[in-house]
Amino acid sequence: MGMTMAEKIIALAAGVKETRAGDIETVTLDKLMSNDGTTHLTIDMFNNKIKNPRIADPGKLIWIVDHNIPADSPKTAASQKKMRDFAKEHGIKFYEGEGVCHQVMMENHVRPGELIFGADSHTCAYGALGAFGTGVGCTDYLYAMVTGQSWLLVPETIRFNLKGRLNDGVYARDLILWIIGRISANGANYKAMEFGGEGLKTLNMADRISVCNLCVEAGAKTALMEVDDIALGYLREHGREPKAIVKSDDDAVYSEVIDIDLSEVIPVVAKPHFVDSVVPAKECLGIHIDEAFLGSCNNGRIEDLRAGAEIIKGKKVAPKVRFLVVPASRAVYKQALKEGILETFMEAGAIIMNPNCSVCWGACQGVIGEGETLISTGTRNFKGRAGHKDSFVYLASAATVTASAIKGEITTADML
Amino acid sequence: MNQTFEAKIWVLGDDIDTDIILPTEYLALKTVDDMKPYAFSPLRPELAGMIKPGDMIVAGKNFGCGSSREQAPEVVKALGISCIVAKSYARIFFRNAINNGLLLIENSELHDAVTEGDTAKVTPGEQIEYNGKIYKIESLPDNLMEILDAGGLVNAMRKKNGL
Repeated sequence: MGMTMAEKIIALAAGVKETRAGDIETVTLDKLMSNDGTTHLTIDMFNNKIKNPRIADPGKLIWIVDHNIPADSPKTAASQKKMRDFAKEHGIKFYEGEGVCHQVMMENHVRPGELIFGADSHTCAYGALGAFGTGVGCTDYLYAMVTGQSWLLVPETIRFNLKGRLNDGVYARDLILWIIGRISANGANYKAMEFGGEGLKTLNMADRISVCNLCVEAGAKTALMEVDDIALGYLREHGREPKAIVKSDDDAVYSEVIDIDLSEVIPVVAKPHFVDSVVPAKECLGIHIDEAFLGSCNNGRIEDLRAGAEIIKGKKVAPKVRFLVVPASRAVYKQALKEGILETFMEAGAIIMNPNCSVCWGACQGVIGEGETLISTGTRNFKGRAGHKDSFVYLASAATVTASAIKGEITTADML
Repeated sequence: MNQTFEAKIWVLGDDIDTDIILPTEYLALKTVDDMKPYAFSPLRPELAGMIKPGDMIVAGKNFGCGSSREQAPEVVKALGISCIVAKSYARIFFRNAINNGLLLIENSELHDAVTEGDTAKVTPGEQIEYNGKIYKIESLPDNLMEILDAGGLVNAMRKKNGL
């Protein structure tokens, strides 16, 4: 009986020949990412709750300040200082101001075949490079940091066979929201979502990261994509080699196989307050917005900014609408600067911000007030997620968000 | 951890996400005790003030979906909640809760039967008795029970690995 990608990567990390969904394995982690959302808690536990505090392998730790950068209060400044000082003392790779953690990880660290814990739910993004990334809390992180290991229940896998190609005006963001709408917010709970098939070849790396990143919103433990020339090209471009390239066996056992014809996907919107509350974008036309957000680990890459810039070039942001544009990393920011994209957004009246998590997580800048509505390329639209508990978040693609910013109400680019 | 206890029930719905359990704006508060008044505030601002130590939560599917913020199970534990019974849990919350010594029970029927304010009799790993009816519940795997019994992962690791 064959194994899935998830089973193979866990077997590698556990040092066993084979493993099956349902087994519990003790694994050695390849990398451990943590950000300023919770690292201060990890440090407190490390300093105060462990008898003999030590780090198994500081070389595997990567700490990234992205949730509140630059600090917005003495409290967040103190928490970031704690993180910065600890990283220096223990020789931990440390980034601040470089970008949203998952984008920084994709650009600089993730390798196919690795098993990576991230103290952030969207760690499943790393599957775009064929790595098993999974989100954990700070106690699991602490345990892995101290021992180098953790336990994992080997997940069942849902296989998505992609065929065809997305139509013009339809984006990977639409695809993953559409999938979540179809399988629901716990449709893949505890499971791995594996993507392959001919259609995968039509998706570039930005598309793939966007798809994998959002799989946790269907409950997935991880997302995994087959590693092909596009993934290997990206890896080489960024100066890295794979740990291992694994592929599911032909006779691997899946809990479900879902065929998706990419040409059937249409622009969609996830309505408040659930990510799986997905409807065709056309059903939301005319809904008034107060703010639009283009950015985040899900949709703040150069390709997303290009899509927005193309739509807004020569046009203006609607009066009384704040349009926040937040490149996902310094590299993305520099590229957008070089291509004149930031100038286009500035001319249109957008607010360009430094790479950070921004309003996607409802801290940082850009939070919305009581009764306000945001259309966003962020990751979540939970009640109160972007600010006041009585506010509303719609999730959509970079194109739909930009078009809506111009119109002042929800619309799609083809309706402008 | 198999002693029977009685608990007053608070009922919540499906997809109770981590931003509802503890909104982002309160994550920066210094201690989990400071966060307690804001638990569940987007949904039921009055709830945290009414929960008494020993009470239990009965919820629908996908409890704890969303972020990896560990303050979510921590604040529930700090409120004194003895256990949560839900139809299902989101996986990161599940791990975080066990790691903080918060008992989670999965049961698909109880939620549809209960009325808020009633009490139920819980025997972990065996059954829940409510309104004269017995609801069978499964025990967690051994490695998780070890963590729960130790009062969380940090304690378990001190005990087991001597760390």
